[in-house]
Amino acid sequence: MKQFLFFVKKEFLHVWRDKRTMFILFGMPIMQILIFGFALTNEVKNTRIAILDNSKDETTAAIINQLQASRYFDVQETIQVNSELVPAFQAGNIKLAIVFPENFQEQLLHTHSAAVQLIGDATDPNTANTLINYASAIIIDYQSNLRNQIKFPYTIKTETRMLYNPQLKGSYNFVPGVMAMVLMLVCAMMTSISIVREKEMGTMEIILVSPIVPIRVVIAKMVPYFILSAVNIGSILLLSVYVLDVPIRGSLLLLVSECLLFTITVLALGLLISSIANSQQVAMLISLMGLFLPTIMLSGFMFPIENMPLGLRIFSNIVPAKWFYMIVRNIMIKGVGFEHVWKETLILIGMTVFFMVVSIKKFKTRLE
Amino acid sequence: MNVISVQNLTKRFGSFTAVDQISFNVEQGEIFGFLGANGAGKTTAMRMLCGLSLPSSGEAKVAGFDLYKDAEKIKKNIGYMSQKFSLYEDLTIRENIRFYGGIYGLTNAEIKEKTASLSHTLKIDDKLNTLVRALPLGWRQKISFSVAMIHKPKIVFLDEPTGGVDPVTRREFWTMIFEAANEGTTVFVTTHYMDEAEYCGRVSIMVDGKIDALGAPQELKEKFSAKDMGEVFLKLARGAKRGDD
Repeated sequence: MKQFLFFVKKEFLHVWRDKRTMFILFGMPIMQILIFGFALTNEVKNTRIAILDNSKDETTAAIINQLQASRYFDVQETIQVNSELVPAFQAGNIKLAIVFPENFQEQLLHTHSAAVQLIGDATDPNTANTLINYASAIIIDYQSNLRNQIKFPYTIKTETRMLYNPQLKGSYNFVPGVMAMVLMLVCAMMTSISIVREKEMGTMEIILVSPIVPIRVVIAKMVPYFILSAVNIGSILLLSVYVLDVPIRGSLLLLVSECLLFTITVLALGLLISSIANSQQVAMLISLMGLFLPTIMLSGFMFPIENMPLGLRIFSNIVPAKWFYMIVRNIMIKGVGFEHVWKETLILIGMTVFFMVVSIKKFKTRLE
Repeated sequence: MNVISVQNLTKRFGSFTAVDQISFNVEQGEIFGFLGANGAGKTTAMRMLCGLSLPSSGEAKVAGFDLYKDAEKIKKNIGYMSQKFSLYEDLTIRENIRFYGGIYGLTNAEIKEKTASLSHTLKIDDKLNTLVRALPLGWRQKISFSVAMIHKPKIVFLDEPTGGVDPVTRREFWTMIFEAANEGTTVFVTTHYMDEAEYCGRVSIMVDGKIDALGAPQELKEKFSAKDMGEVFLKLARGAKRGDD
């Protein structure tokens, strides 16, 4: 046991001496949360639009007013002629243009149908789609108000309610994702690098010749990164609750225990990598390509898994981050208890045991 | 008394036989030189004796313990210094000593005492809190050796300990080896330098995985009618089929 403590102390010294890495390890999660929270958002807010109103009547004025009043749009310019539209898009001043034809109100009142043209800048298709949807929604809203006034007999009104995240905030989605990403990076990559470094430097030989039991070496290597990760989990949760207003609706204790479980899963993965890799570069590449990319792509946090082709959907099941992401989202945002996440938890435990057994077996054979 | 006895020790990697049925004994307190060209199988043989690598066949006893059954007991009784650095460059000398003392089970008091006596003999009192990275190579090697001896092992294995070190430091290093041997520690050393072979009590010369010659330097020189060990080595190595690797 005393040997073990000496080893842990040494590992802490390694981490402590490498100030630059330590700064990255602690700074990265904070940076990521802030960047995702404030800069990288797919929410629509104050998008600049142009309006070409060929009709200039009460109805168009009312619709324009509603658009302007919403926090999604900011009417940047009012265009007089069709030919000004293309230059406005080209200059990048606007993302969306709304064109009302001549005699809009008259047509609406007499033929009961009028067309309004929405022109989106589809260089970024996702944003264009969202913008068109928002603008349509506002116009439809106006239309249903109109219907109510004239007592149209048959109307189907849709009442939508967005559960758990009524404001459709993006941060609800990415906080669990960033957590998975950071833990992946800190635990898997740093552990594998620190073990492989000993192999590279030749100090591993000395350790293996010494009477210390190899399994203790491995566990001692994990301890500092486990603690580092615990600190990171804390800082991510604090930031998301107090800066980004993401709620923790479920039990905090359950959430933290699940995070620590995932930390151990990832530490085991790092160990596995270190038993395959023989140089720090290889360890880094495997962690980035083999762990980091699937975590971003296939955990469901960037792209919905349901929309993926069957092959990728099946493959996503072996990505530990996918299960972790589901667990965290359910506990934090939906506020469910253990009875709703036990399956995912069991899968994570299973993966952890598997990685541990394989890597310890591999670690032992390497001595012989 | 033999502290190392080896019979027909063999290591195969696939179809390649790195060490081919070597047999020898080493007595307590002896300085045993283990010579051979690059790729002759020295390091592999030494790794087997340290328990880093499992032999394919053959028998061996190290410090009185069987290599197969009592590997853990052997580990407590040997020290090892590898070709590469044995010290952590991002730790200070003091921290390195504390770490290695710790994993060999020394108490805090013992470690403190060892640190003091080491810094006195190596004259590094003012350098104890310096990072190893900042030290010249020769110093590091001398400290590595002292660290390998920290738990007073019965046998110390040195794998090319003086590679790349200047002649003055090499001489100082060998003084340390002599002192260790005088105190009863058996020294098992591989080297490239033929002048160092002359310092050994007995030397064995490995060619292509086999031991081609074994004896005191004087005996070997007479046997091969050579004026120094370098010539003995060249005469033997000429027959080698394996090249440098």
